[in-house]
Amino acid sequence: MEIFDNLIFGFTVALSLSNLWYCFLGVFVGTAIGVLPGVGPLVTIAMLLPITFNLPPIPALIMLAGIYYGSQYGGSTTSILMNLPGETASVVTCIDGYQMAKQGRAGPALAIAAVGSFFAGSVGTLLIAMFGPPIAEMALKFGAPEYFSLMLMALIAAACLSSGDMVKALAMVVLGLLLGIIGTDVNSGMARFSFGISELTDGMGFTVVAVGLFAVSEIVKNLESPLKGEVFTSKIKNLMPTLADLKASTMPILRGTAVGAFFGTLPGTGPAISSFSSYMVEKKMAKDPSRFGKGAIEGVAGPEAANNAAAQTAFIPTLTLGIPGSGVMALILGALTIQGIAPGPQVMTAKPDLFWGLIASMWIGNLLLVVLNLPLVGMWVQLLKVPYRWLFPSIIMFCAIGNYSINNSAMDLYLVGIMGILGYLLMKLECAPAPLILGFVLGPLMEENLRRALLISRGDPTVFFTRPISLGFMIASALILITMIMPAIRKKKEDAYTQGGG
Amino acid sequence: MKVDLRSNKDFLAGLLMIVIGGIAFFMALDYPFGSALRMGPGYFPRVLAGLFIAFGIYVGLRGLRTGEKVEGVWGWKALAFITVSFWAFGWLMDRVGLIPSLVVLFFVSALAGHEFKLKEVIILSTVMILFAYGVFIYGLGLPYRLFWWD
Repeated sequence: MEIFDNLIFGFTVALSLSNLWYCFLGVFVGTAIGVLPGVGPLVTIAMLLPITFNLPPIPALIMLAGIYYGSQYGGSTTSILMNLPGETASVVTCIDGYQMAKQGRAGPALAIAAVGSFFAGSVGTLLIAMFGPPIAEMALKFGAPEYFSLMLMALIAAACLSSGDMVKALAMVVLGLLLGIIGTDVNSGMARFSFGISELTDGMGFTVVAVGLFAVSEIVKNLESPLKGEVFTSKIKNLMPTLADLKASTMPILRGTAVGAFFGTLPGTGPAISSFSSYMVEKKMAKDPSRFGKGAIEGVAGPEAANNAAAQTAFIPTLTLGIPGSGVMALILGALTIQGIAPGPQVMTAKPDLFWGLIASMWIGNLLLVVLNLPLVGMWVQLLKVPYRWLFPSIIMFCAIGNYSINNSAMDLYLVGIMGILGYLLMKLECAPAPLILGFVLGPLMEENLRRALLISRGDPTVFFTRPISLGFMIASALILITMIMPAIRKKKEDAYTQGGG
Repeated sequence: MKVDLRSNKDFLAGLLMIVIGGIAFFMALDYPFGSALRMGPGYFPRVLAGLFIAFGIYVGLRGLRTGEKVEGVWGWKALAFITVSFWAFGWLMDRVGLIPSLVVLFFVSALAGHEFKLKEVIILSTVMILFAYGVFIYGLGLPYRLFWWD
């Protein structure tokens, strides 16, 4: 079987001593930072991204992937022990996980979360290895019109399916596209939106946008009012789940994995929707749904498996099509670009060592998570006690040195400040930054493909609708928009009715 | 139930979008528009800026109708100190070297918190500067001078 040859090849890459070290480092650092209250995966990655640029591509990507699932797992630990979700996906884990901790069962909750995540991660890794190659092969046949339509669909889907206000999310995609225009136009050599600043003719740095939008805004938000949360530290005596716990968790883990693997591949959904859906499924399947919210282990096992499965399968569109589906994946894609690798279906054939090495390292990383986390849980708990007033200056230090190190330019730091102000304003006005970063990453590619497509068709815009694959993406985009608008219309009607009645 | 426009969430969001979109649109007027066949460098920006302004108008008007308030309080003080700490770090790195720049970064950013304890900040910055030295200078081999006399 070819897939096994490929996986074995991947393992020979991932098991080299230095790659193994960076995988371990990524998982370890990711978990350590992800555990810290108020620091979610996006902030963790945004903060550590610039540092990985000083590494060669393969270890850099392996480390980043490790940071990603490490920080996600670390976030679950914080949710269970402190009832303080670091990101939307962990909100669900808080519900029953924190209740279990209150009942003195934090140990089993953490252990089940680890086991569920490992199982889901392994399945997710296998799915990437299975579906990656055929998807990439298909995508190699895409021309400019297909790519433009695909990106349009990905952006619309990401905006519509992500939580929150759809109109604002679409607007944020457009803002991201506008920010992506900053720099020199490839076709005409003209500097656009550069404000006369010479550094901006190369475009705005990707990490500048990421740190400003995600890290700065998050820190300022946390500083608005003191963080609350109570730590259950003394009560972790027994890590081992009972046989009954394991039995109760088996099916939820399987179902959660399936739910997560499905949602992970869709743009805009990812871990958050996966864990919510998995929780809903478990509540529906349960014989006694009233136990949920009072420390039901199924309510931890299912969602934790789901969000980890989704975290893995989200790599499928990112690595095979070059189309990221979520904010985190946009950061990973940006990292690829900065490493000098053009994302897209050719990555698999041009850089098989990167592709298969990364996949193999994901499985190793997931294994490391279990091995690391269960014995080290005592140490993570100690980290929970670090007060935020020590944390945030340290995070700022990493962001500052990291961004300076990319171009050795003070201008990047000035821009981080400006993007931070923008990011905070957008956050307060409830404009989600994730669609923005997707637009920012895809913007230049989209413009290029649009221009190329229209050049091929001699300016005829129907080219997007006459080529069958492109037409399919266009129809899908329209369907997504229509179905998402419909409930909105209905809701507006209801609002009008209630206002009329009241 | 009228909400003050200054705390009307969607009205402010719409306003921000219109301002940014407007600036982008006027800047893009300087770039040749071209045609659909041969798109100039101004084509994509102008279309997007127009679209963004349209979104802004829609969101702003919706805000006037629904009148939802901005949640929580504004952390202006924290935002100001953190922004300044980034700016100061960048400016100082070009002039005085890594260690003084980091000292300023820690003292300015710590002012963004709820309590500022001098002793704590001194210990924190000392520990973290040593850590930064280990990671960035020793570990990653970044070629920065530590002080202005280096």
